[in-house]
Amino acid sequence: MDGVGAFSLLLSGDPALFAIVRLSLFVTLSAVMLAAAFGLPFGAFVALTQFRGRGGVIVALNALMGLPPVVVGLLVFLALSRSGPLGFLGLLFTPGAMIIAQAILIAPIIAALTRQVIEDLWVEYCDEFTAMDVSPLGRVAALLWDGRFSLVTIFLAGFGRAAAEVGAVMIVGGNIDGFTRVMTTTIALETSKGNLPLAIGLGLVLIAIVVAVNTLAWSVRQWSERHAG
Amino acid sequence: MRTRLIAQLLAAAAVTIGASAPSAAQDKSIIVASTTSTQDSGLFSHLLPLFKAKTAIDVKVVAQGTGQALDTGRRGDADVVFVHAKAQEEKLVADGFGVKRFDVMYNDFVLIGPKPDPARIKGSKDILAALKAIHLAAAPFVSRGDKSGTHSAELALWKAAMLDPAGAKPAWYREIGQGMGAALNTSSAMGAYVLSDRGTWISFKNKDALEIVVEGDAKLFNQYGIVLVNPDKHSAVKKDLGQAFIDWMISKEGQSEIRSYRIEGQQLFFPNANPEHLKKTE
Amino acid sequence: MLDGGAIGRTAQPVMRLHGVGYRSGNTDILSDVELTIAAGVPTLLLGPNGSGKTTLLRLLMGLIGPSEGRVDVSAVDGVNTARRAFVFQKPVMLKRSTAANVSFALSAAGFPVDPLVVASLLQRVGLAALADRPARMLSGGEQQRLALARALARQPGILFLDEPTASLDPAQTKAVEDVVAAIAATGVIIVMATHDLGQARRLAGDVVFLVGGRVLEQTPATQFFDQPKTQAARRFLAGDLVI
Ligand SMILES: Nc1ncnc2c1ncn2[C@@H]1O[C@H](COP(=O)(O)OP(=O)(O)OP(=O)(O)O)[C@@H](O)[C@H]1O
Ligand SMILES: [Mg+2]
Repeated sequence: MDGVGAFSLLLSGDPALFAIVRLSLFVTLSAVMLAAAFGLPFGAFVALTQFRGRGGVIVALNALMGLPPVVVGLLVFLALSRSGPLGFLGLLFTPGAMIIAQAILIAPIIAALTRQVIEDLWVEYCDEFTAMDVSPLGRVAALLWDGRFSLVTIFLAGFGRAAAEVGAVMIVGGNIDGFTRVMTTTIALETSKGNLPLAIGLGLVLIAIVVAVNTLAWSVRQWSERHAG
Repeated sequence: MRTRLIAQLLAAAAVTIGASAPSAAQDKSIIVASTTSTQDSGLFSHLLPLFKAKTAIDVKVVAQGTGQALDTGRRGDADVVFVHAKAQEEKLVADGFGVKRFDVMYNDFVLIGPKPDPARIKGSKDILAALKAIHLAAAPFVSRGDKSGTHSAELALWKAAMLDPAGAKPAWYREIGQGMGAALNTSSAMGAYVLSDRGTWISFKNKDALEIVVEGDAKLFNQYGIVLVNPDKHSAVKKDLGQAFIDWMISKEGQSEIRSYRIEGQQLFFPNANPEHLKKTE
Repeated sequence: MLDGGAIGRTAQPVMRLHGVGYRSGNTDILSDVELTIAAGVPTLLLGPNGSGKTTLLRLLMGLIGPSEGRVDVSAVDGVNTARRAFVFQKPVMLKRSTAANVSFALSAAGFPVDPLVVASLLQRVGLAALADRPARMLSGGEQQRLALARALARQPGILFLDEPTASLDPAQTKAVEDVVAAIAATGVIIVMATHDLGQARRLAGDVVFLVGGRVLEQTPATQFFDQPKTQAARRFLAGDLVI
């Protein structure tokens, strides 16, 4: 099978390949949601609150954006291992472990960029909100809502990084056939088998998916900027 | 309103993650820690569907380096360990982390080399003489360098040939710290010799520049063993399901399926479970 | 009722500034400000660019605190002095529709978001036709009128306006002045900065004349325009004030 073959397999609905693509999307989208659930409020909190050590937190967040996936994978592995503190959950070598690893990988990205977006917006809105007596919670909500287009771009950055990542999911997922095998680990596996054309084909499929997701988000943004203001 | 949304997102994520964890009660599956070379050979894709059809047990194979696979068992993250490093498997049992070790099968290593054969060793049946010739010619040699079973076998062969390139680190000896497939890809790219298990070599797709130069030496045999992780050490180990898999692998049926697995007409693995045990499981 | 000042008449004082100074770094932006904002007539802040009008408004609104001196607020019958609204010189629109901007101000002020109320507020500033437009795509003048609608949504007791007609055409300027005069008539206290002398004549009220961060005059408008006390005011009115 060659690179084009991977596409035609996908198009013709080859169930094994389709399942791999579906699992990749499921894991990565869940990870983005999980990371957003933490990163979004945390980024907004740091943007809008003065506290001791805030500068340190911002530097740390920015630095953590470059977390090496393998290190994240290893830490999650050690935590989820039966011999580790969270071993009782029985999550190692499951898609759940992969979601957690990817979420940890991208939560700092979402938090750091959210802080930047919200803080910039806050500088613009600060006087108006004070004059309008907007409650603290109302401010956060309004800033998140008005920053939604930038925030979507942040999610996409997170999605791209998580979807492209192989080191962490390999370690914590185990690349189990039909259970935790995703696109990147399949590519790594096929490369190691010397099956370079299939590996490249899968790589192209992965790139196509990331491009498709970005195109969709961009169109939605274009549309809503024009129609929703 | 926003906080409620976040709470809902969190709840959804928790459910998602929780759902992906197999619930112990109904899930009939085990995790087998094995080696990349075993997985890459395709043997599991042949055996596991047969085993599942018979027992309805799902076998999830995590393919790692031998050292890592043994460690996975030791940590209790797998139910069964299936690797090819007899001394280390016996140590796992001796340390109390494995219940008992069974011989399952063997395959053999082959020395792969570039077609121009700079060390002029093609066709030899003496692996030690071949390694000495490579050393003398300072011909490029790729070592796995990843503490895998194949890596330990390679080191043992150098030692038997009274050479120590891993210690001396000459320029022609290149440790890449990766799996078998990656080592073959690297060798192909730089025209180097490399020790490979036959299974990975046969199913390897990127052979063009490479061929077998040495095979058939008894020193190249590679014994596989299987061990149940000790449930006394890790209560989560699925003892009965794991033992069922081991029993099947060394049963007459499992052994004959191993024998019948072929790629391009070639048999990859030679079953050699203890015949006494064979009788017992019939 | 819009002619004639409040100083020394029956009007009640609402806000009083005593010896107020405001400093940013080493620069004195306001110094020794003695000022009374009274109920009943609009107060107009006049002065050249950089004289401190915006800073004084922000101080009265409570967006910044004085570096020295005191700001007193007294209760006045029928006026909720705690509820203030501000139309900024460069208002910032939320990235939403025109109507949603008004709804946001309503709910921030604790009022239910009633589409009829939103519509009537937009009607008052002449933006009814643009209700569904993204607010950031409105023209500068339209944005200033939307900011006024947002301020009115709060039903303020005191309304601060920082050059609200600076980028409006004559018709719109008149429309906004009419709105301001109408709400002043309902008892809302108006404090407004402007460069527009004609506007000051039409609306005032009291005139507070600022130069270089100091209040040079606070007098009824008629008096300010007819008999300015200071040389600076005479030159400002003549259009050749140089600082
Ligand atoms: N935060 C600040 N830091 C330093 N200087 C400031 C600050 N805010 C205002 N100023 C300066 O204080 C002076 C008064 O500014 P202000 O904005 O109050 O003037 P204004 O009367 O509203 O002018 P304009 O008619 O141009 O709107 C100006 O010289 C301005 O540059
Ligand atoms: Mg100003």
